[in-house]
This record gives sequence, structure tokens and C-alpha cells, in this order.
Amino acid sequence: MTDVLDLPIADQAGLVARGELSAVALTERALERIEAKRNLHAFLHVAREAALSTAHAVDQKRARGEQLGPLGGVPIAIKDALCTSDAPTTCASKILTRRAADGTGGSDPEHGFRPPYDATVVARLRAAGAVLVGKTNMDEFAMGSSGENSAFGPMRNPWDPTRTAGGSSGGSAAAVSAGLAAGALGSDTGGSIRQPAALCGIVGVKPTYGRVSRYGLVAFASSLDQVGPFARDARSAARLLEVISGVDTHDSTSANVPVGAYEAACGRPVKGLRIGIPEEYFGDGLDPGVASSVRAAIRALEEEGCTVHPVQLPHTRHGIATYYIVATAEASSNLARFDGVRFGLRMEPARADLQAMYGKTRNAGFGAEVKRRILLGTYVLSSGYYDAYYRKAQRVRTLIKQDFDRAFESVDAIAAPTSPSPAFKFGEKGDDPLAMYLADIYTLPASLAGIAGLSVPCGMLAANGAQPALPVGLQLLAPAFEEERLFTLASAVERLTSPGGPKLPPA
Amino acid sequence: MAITRETVLHVAKLARLELEDSEIDRMQKDLGNILEYVNSLAELDTSSVPETTQVAVVGAPLRPDQVVPSLSNEQALRGAPRSSAGGFAVPAFVEE
Repeated sequence: MTDVLDLPIADQAGLVARGELSAVALTERALERIEAKRNLHAFLHVAREAALSTAHAVDQKRARGEQLGPLGGVPIAIKDALCTSDAPTTCASKILTRRAADGTGGSDPEHGFRPPYDATVVARLRAAGAVLVGKTNMDEFAMGSSGENSAFGPMRNPWDPTRTAGGSSGGSAAAVSAGLAAGALGSDTGGSIRQPAALCGIVGVKPTYGRVSRYGLVAFASSLDQVGPFARDARSAARLLEVISGVDTHDSTSANVPVGAYEAACGRPVKGLRIGIPEEYFGDGLDPGVASSVRAAIRALEEEGCTVHPVQLPHTRHGIATYYIVATAEASSNLARFDGVRFGLRMEPARADLQAMYGKTRNAGFGAEVKRRILLGTYVLSSGYYDAYYRKAQRVRTLIKQDFDRAFESVDAIAAPTSPSPAFKFGEKGDDPLAMYLADIYTLPASLAGIAGLSVPCGMLAANGAQPALPVGLQLLAPAFEEERLFTLASAVERLTSPGGPKLPPA
Repeated sequence: MAITRETVLHVAKLARLELEDSEIDRMQKDLGNILEYVNSLAELDTSSVPETTQVAVVGAPLRPDQVVPSLSNEQALRGAPRSSAGGFAVPAFVEE
């Protein structure tokens, strides 16, 4: 018999709404499984009491005969980059924790910063009746593609715990993949939702820039950051996106564009949709098994009546350089706020000296990759280098955006791999930061262009017969605010490549 | 592109990062490699290409100009490592 935690969000919410299962029982079941799967290190904080109290309130609401929200009683996990008024928020960084008793930088996420307010997306989940079960592990300040940059240790892939769950939102992806929560929120700056979704075999959505409020998302690169959902299936992810989307007076970059009917878009016929295949996404460095799995999914869409067309995105190979200039420049500015004065860690120098306090606090509080990016961002913005790097990258960003504009003149959506390989082993990329950056080659361009993107499982890959087989993700891209189209296509891919429902990792 | 130790120290100072000696060597090497990689953008002629600073922003709405409650002093100071007299306490930085 299927465990209730393995049901889609609508089914879990339905059971609670009809009174066939109490929200408290559902929450207890989720907390049990979270406990049983601690080895995944998907969570930095489990909100046991708060979750049970929310669930109890949902049950009381139902007992009074009131209507429950679209997520009434459903366990949802939140990336630790999103502010929660009732739980610590650390971004997996020591700098957002209190100093440890031994005088070193903080090391316990339970002693993390307590924000005085909820992120808008968190408030919207609460209003929809969601039970927030905890804060998920991530690469520090969302900088990384493997989870190895978490200051508190990496999260693990439920399909094979010796492999990474991807990053930076790997904890959210691992939690959903393992069924510790029915859905989760992450943030995607250059692929941080799509890539871990692909590596963990679930659906992850990077909405159009401006579709979802960023208020209360700890800022990494403000012109790229976007909050989005994870779920086991497209329809569940669609419900989450409908809940969190919409204009917000607290975020002037949130778009006043009507929220689509994403859930209703799932299951619509795909006949006649024009799918673009960018050859630049199938070149050197792509795992042949991933390529054949992605091509098989595209063929299946073609058999359903989609038409398939080659498209050119000639500036794709410049995406990595452009991204690592733009994103680090913005990060170096955004991370200036972590100074030991208002929150988090503070290291006192021997002599009372403000500059020394800043320097010591920031050096003790940030991990190596964050420091590397702050230094790079400071360099490309510094006097004498601004034009050669930052201004240049902003211009190439225009070219990358124009590639997509041109492609979408003749196709409705683009299909490509999400990640060049399935989940890789810890340490596999060595300690060369560039090798890790190359893993993001297929997700960065859409972030720079600000368009809508999604990753949906499209097959399993047993490389050289290796066990267990690992999931492969198909990336679908659509013009800004055309998320409905992504959900229509993603639900078709699910039906065609995994007709028995989502494939689940070993229990 | 090789960058000097002095450049790393200069940028670290701008970024208020007091790096350990061992970190400086590592950052010098890593930043050099990354800058060499991103220099590939130089091959593109972008002289007539406008800059993109922000995408897909559909007008920034103005909110009504009304006074609404904000964080209380207590809430604002709750996370402060040190506070004093209703404010954030920092080491002295003005010569007496």
C-alpha cells in the first residue's frame, strides 16, 4: 500500500480536507520519516513543535467546518535561505550563527539568526494551510552545485548517498525525493533548483524573474535570484507555484502579471506545440546516457504531436563567464551586510577596532567558496576593471537574452538536458572551482535571460550497469511568464516516460 | 591571467576580509584561473551592444505613501551580537 507521504500534494490535501487523515497524523508521519532519513542531512532545522501546532490548527479549522487552503495540512520544507519568523535562518553559513563557546565561528545551525519576519513566499504557504516541517540544507549562500559548500556538511542524494543531491537547493530536493515533505521551496540563481531536481529525480521550477516575490529571500545575486517549488510531480509543483506567485508590494521587482492556472495546465494536450532543440546543449561534455535519455523524451513528445525544430543559442558557451562576473559582482555587494554589527556572528579583535572587527568576522564567518566569489565580485567591480569585466558581462548578457528572444520567435518552448551528468560522487570535481562551475552550463543562460525554466525527470541511467540507476532531468524553457506551457509539457513528459507515476528512490 | 599577491590583498581589504596567509596563496591561484577563463568574453565584439542590468521587470509599482508600523526597536536589536542604549554597539572608530 502506498504510504500517504508518497502521494501527490492534491491527494494529501484531499485526505485532510475530507477528514480521512488528520493533519497531525500526516505531520507525525513526515517527522518520523525525517528522523529515519537523518543520514541524508537534508535538514538544518526540523520544526517539530511548530509543525505539530500548525497541523493541530488545521485540524481544528476543519472541525469548525471551515474551508482549508490548497495546501491544508500538507508537509512542506523550506530552503534555509528564506526567512522564517519562527525558525532559525542560516543560509548554511557560520556568519548567520552565534559564536561558539570555544570562541571559534559558530557551528550549530540551531543557533542561527532568527529573522523578525517571514519571507512573502513563507507567509503565502502558511496562508494556504501548509505545515512547514523544517529548513533545508544548501550550499552556503546558495553558492555551489553539490552541497559541499554547506558550512554544516553536505546533503546526500536519496538514490545513492555516496553522491551529491546537487546544489545549491540540494536539501530541498533530497527532502522531496525521499518523501520527507510533499513539496519544498528553493531558490535558483543559476540553476540551484533545476539541477538538484534533475539529480534527485523530481520536478523543480525556476519561475520567470519577477513571477515570485524575493522579499525575505537572503539575497545572493538580485538580478538573477528567483524562488521556486520542488515536488515529485508537475501537478504538485504547479499547485505550489500558484500559491507563492504574484505581485508583492515588498518587492519592487515582482511583476504585476496575472498568475497562471498552472495546475489546470497539467494534462492539456501538447499537439501542435513547437519544441526547439538547441544544438549547443548537446555538445562536448554531455554524458552520452543523459543525451540519449533526453532525446528519447523529445521523441516521445514528437509522437504526441509536438513538432521539433533545431534552434541556435550561439552565445551559450559564454554563459558561464558572464554569470560568474554578474553574479559575483552582485553577491559582493549583497554580502556586505554581514558585518558582525546587526545579526549573526561577531569576532572581537584584541584591540577595539571597527575595521578589524569587520575583517575578522567576515573571514571567520564565510566559507572558502563564498570568499572566493566576494573577492572575484569586488575585483570585477573595482576601479580599472569595471569596464573590462562587469560592463562587458552585462553586454554579453544582452546577447544571451537576444539568443532566446530570437529562438522563441519560431518555437513555443526549448528542450535540453538540465545537467551534463547524473548525480556525481562527493569530491569528484576535485577542489578546482572552475570544474564545478562547468556543471552549470545548461542552466545559467536561462537565468541570465530571466525566462521560465523547469526540470522534469525523463529517465533512469545505469551507466555501465552501475547500480542503483540514477535519474536524468529534462530541462524545459519558455518565454517569460509562460509557465503554464512548461507545466503542460512537463506533465506530458511524465505520462510518456514514467506512466506508472514518479519513480521513487530506495526506501 | 596571473594576478599578484598585492592585488589579492587590495581586493580583500576592499571586501573587508582579513584572509589568513595560507588563504592568500590559494585565492591568488584560484582568482587567476577564473579571470583567465572569463577573459574569453573579450573575443566578442560588444561595442554596439547595450547592457542588461535587469530583466523582465514590468514596471515598479508605487505603494501608497502611508505610515505603517515597522519593526520595534526591540525586534530590530534581537539578533544583534551587542547592543547598548537602544542601538547596535560597535568598537569605537572615532578618535577621542
